[in-house]
Amino acid sequence: MTDPILEIRGLNKHFPTGGGFFGKATGVVKAVDDISFDVIRGETFGIVGESGSGKTTLGRCIMRVLEPSGGTIRFSRNGREPIELAAADKASLTEVWRDMRMVFQDPQSSLNPRLRVIDLVGQCLTKTEGLAGKDLAERVSSLLEQVGLRPEYLMRYPNAFSGGQRQRLGIARALATRPELVIADEAVSALDVSIQAQTLNLLRDLQEELDLTYVFIAHDIAVVEHFCDRIAVMYMGQIVELATTETLFETPRHPYTRALLGAVPIPDPRARRKRRKTVPIGDGSLARIGCRFAPRCPHATALCTTKPPPRKTIAGADVLCHHAGDI
Amino acid sequence: MPLIRMPTDLAHMIPAPEGPPLIEMRGLKTHFFTEDGVVKAVEGVDLDIYPNRTLCILGESGCGKSIMARSILRIVDAPGRITAGSILYRAADGRTVDLAKARHGSRELREIRGQDIAMIFQEPMVSLGPIQKIGRQIVETILLHRNVSKREAREIAIELLDKVGIPKPAERYEAYPFELSGGMRQRAMIAMALSCQPRLLIADEPTTALDVTTQAQILDLIAELKDELGMGVMLITHDLGVVAEVAEEVAVMYMGQVVERGDVYSIFENPLHPYTRALLNSVPRLGAPKQRRLPAIRGMVPHPLARPSGCTFRTRCDQFMPGLCDVREPDLVRRNESEVACFLHTREVPHD
Repeated sequence: MTDPILEIRGLNKHFPTGGGFFGKATGVVKAVDDISFDVIRGETFGIVGESGSGKTTLGRCIMRVLEPSGGTIRFSRNGREPIELAAADKASLTEVWRDMRMVFQDPQSSLNPRLRVIDLVGQCLTKTEGLAGKDLAERVSSLLEQVGLRPEYLMRYPNAFSGGQRQRLGIARALATRPELVIADEAVSALDVSIQAQTLNLLRDLQEELDLTYVFIAHDIAVVEHFCDRIAVMYMGQIVELATTETLFETPRHPYTRALLGAVPIPDPRARRKRRKTVPIGDGSLARIGCRFAPRCPHATALCTTKPPPRKTIAGADVLCHHAGDI
Repeated sequence: MPLIRMPTDLAHMIPAPEGPPLIEMRGLKTHFFTEDGVVKAVEGVDLDIYPNRTLCILGESGCGKSIMARSILRIVDAPGRITAGSILYRAADGRTVDLAKARHGSRELREIRGQDIAMIFQEPMVSLGPIQKIGRQIVETILLHRNVSKREAREIAIELLDKVGIPKPAERYEAYPFELSGGMRQRAMIAMALSCQPRLLIADEPTTALDVTTQAQILDLIAELKDELGMGVMLITHDLGVVAEVAEEVAVMYMGQVVERGDVYSIFENPLHPYTRALLNSVPRLGAPKQRRLPAIRGMVPHPLARPSGCTFRTRCDQFMPGLCDVREPDLVRRNESEVACFLHTREVPHD
């Protein structure tokens, strides 16, 4: 039985462009354009895409740190009535933010340098559970242990930690309120290879220990393949392909997915290959109608530039492409 | 050389270098004299860079790879300075110059920089001025180093922009850096670096900030120009995929030292140093069998002011031998096709 923790339908986020100071907006950027998907309880749902694909905006809309322009986000917690996040008011959001937490990319800038670890990690506990003094210290110490940091670090400031340790602090902070869902936005991208492996292992251990569901946003395809159960590939605000990890990597169906996977350098000198130069760099010109990938797509036909592609389901994969299945 | 190469004969898959090295670095030490103590960013590095070859420097942040590269061009910022060693540069006419000892701001050094050796960085805005048009910046470099008229310089610049894959180069010539996307800026910087047809290109994480599809194009571009101009390339990266794709030779650095050096096949298929092995194991690989956990290297890089005695990797090494690794520093010695600095390979280890 599938038990969705998140059900997202027709989610949109548009940003006005042009105009400027007191000016009138002249257009919109559809950073998130009519996106629908479910996240199943207990899974790791990956979102990959290149810069500007809208993956971060999508994550922020789910968190409701950004106000969506349209669509619905249904969040179902264990044994509780589902809540509609897109329409939720401030008070219910504050409460939701205990069960849905975020881990950010940059451990440097996402931790307040003026707060000691105890306040940094414990702030939300003071606010939500009124913890203070010895109780707070105890809880934060055990959180630190959980993420592999020494409990003695309680009174230190973030600048006393290395990048990898700071990311552990960020994880401890996210876990403080015992959330059900964690949205990790490029959580391991800024880390060195050896520290990245440690952090991924930690996230996986915590998931099993605490029954967490992850939405894992990243641009590193090999990391996503290793870490996620299902993957959504984003291109210019849309999910162009959604499938289980095995299906996506065995039979990528969308031309963009193929180009993306083909561009990843493989750490094996014998795999050196002439990369297919099928994806010219976009020069900013947008296909206003039709498929957004058409200007760069080697398989584009007249149909692609005139009609928006339909969403097709082929062998378990959701693909947004006119020609999916026959290319 | 036989035309059909035996697959087991790894070293022969890479042609021997053509001619003497462009750079011979010996015993280079670059230290930073901070208030808290001396940071030994580069601590005795030997390297050769050959024409028409790509040497990749692999290492994690803080291993000294960037400082080592900047030492070649003598652009290490205070309080850092080269304290020992030599960097012999062999010019086109066969003359050799020790860059480590060249006087700061000397004509000799200025002529080599930009003209003979060019460098590109991770963040293109480091080398592109923000308030001048792209084309003008490239033309200035050309006029400085090459004996051409302004009009010719302009033509060369537009040709270069076209060559690095910038669409509508004549239009982009008039663009300011902020008007270009990250990938385009990176290309513009490469165009500028190549404008003087350098004999050596030093690229410090040139594609780290870019998307994979853009990265693939930039790497192809560098490889093409290397073949065309016979340029030597030193590419600094932490991305094992990039190394496997472009390198002929690899040097692995840890805490300011080269711990292993060899041709790309030896490094990837027969890594000798425990750090190289651990590094190769800890990255997730596309298409690899699913494993729940990655074999991570435990602990972290020690604080630069608290260098471990003996072998600097011993604090994280699973094969640490007390009484040996913490007492003596391993030398880089030749083993098979590579060179490695580790007592596992230089001493008879007792079997039990």
